[in-house]
Amino acid sequence: MKKICENAMKAEFPSLSQNEALARALASSFLMQLNPTVSELADIKCAVSEAVTNCTVHAYRDTVGTVIMTMKSYSDRSVRIEIKDRGCGIEDISTAMQPLFTTDRQGERSGLGFTVMESFCDKIRVTSKPKKGTKVTLIKNLSKLYAST
Amino acid sequence: MDFENGNVKLTVTGDTLCAYISGEIDHHSAKTIREAIDSALTSYSPDALILDVSEISFMDSSGLGLVLGRYTKASEAGISFSVTGVSERTKRLFDMAGLDRIIDYDNKEKKR
Ligand SMILES: Nc1ncnc2c1ncn2[C@@H]1O[C@H](COP(=O)(O)OP(=O)(O)OP(=O)(O)O)[C@@H](O)[C@H]1O
Ligand SMILES: [Mg+2]
Repeated sequence: MKKICENAMKAEFPSLSQNEALARALASSFLMQLNPTVSELADIKCAVSEAVTNCTVHAYRDTVGTVIMTMKSYSDRSVRIEIKDRGCGIEDISTAMQPLFTTDRQGERSGLGFTVMESFCDKIRVTSKPKKGTKVTLIKNLSKLYAST
Repeated sequence: MDFENGNVKLTVTGDTLCAYISGEIDHHSAKTIREAIDSALTSYSPDALILDVSEISFMDSSGLGLVLGRYTKASEAGISFSVTGVSERTKRLFDMAGLDRIIDYDNKEKKR
């Protein structure tokens, strides 16, 4: 059966740290329509928070730029979330995704953002170009709904 | 939907500094929490630091950074360090980060 996109939304906001909470709230509002489990919702909120925080902290390190967040839900109960920035980009993606790797030691970063995204989502894709920006795509398959009796 | 910011309440009992952290702990809220705990560490120089995380509603890797940072600071100053009130959700994040190998934490949610 071909999967069909059932709903979509797009948001743009400046990379201010208070928008980390805004992005989580947007994600959970969008998801609520799909009746996710408490744990699925918490997983997605955490992964979104990681991706958006990376825009604030790394992509637009000493500036403020635009973060673009798009969400799509599909008929097979998969959800696709894209977080995009036009910031500094990542030189070496596979190194950046290694657990504990961070370029920000003074900032008390643990280098676990990508590890969290990977383990709380079913799939993650990262594309990036130095000086152009980064796009993180998170995919989560929600469990099937059971008809209540 | 909550937009609540992380918050911290500090109490000193004897030689123990306890930091009750509540709300959403992310990069945005971690800064204030960190500053509050660190300045209390300086002014009281306690023998023990306890982070009570039983009232947090959200935490991501910035929270891990906050906990690990306080652990490092306490260890360097010879202060004993522990975390209490770790929920199942928080434990999952802590275990993922390997915190169980270096930090003492219980995973019992506080009874209310
Ligand atoms: N959007 C981005 N733009 C530029 N660089 C990024 C971006 N996202 C991640 N990075 C780079 O990848 C590294 C690893 O990111 P990750 O989120 O795993 O860890 P961290 O942000 O350094 O620490 P933590 O997330 O644990 O606080 C970062 O230190 C940074 O160098
Ligand atoms: Mg990060």
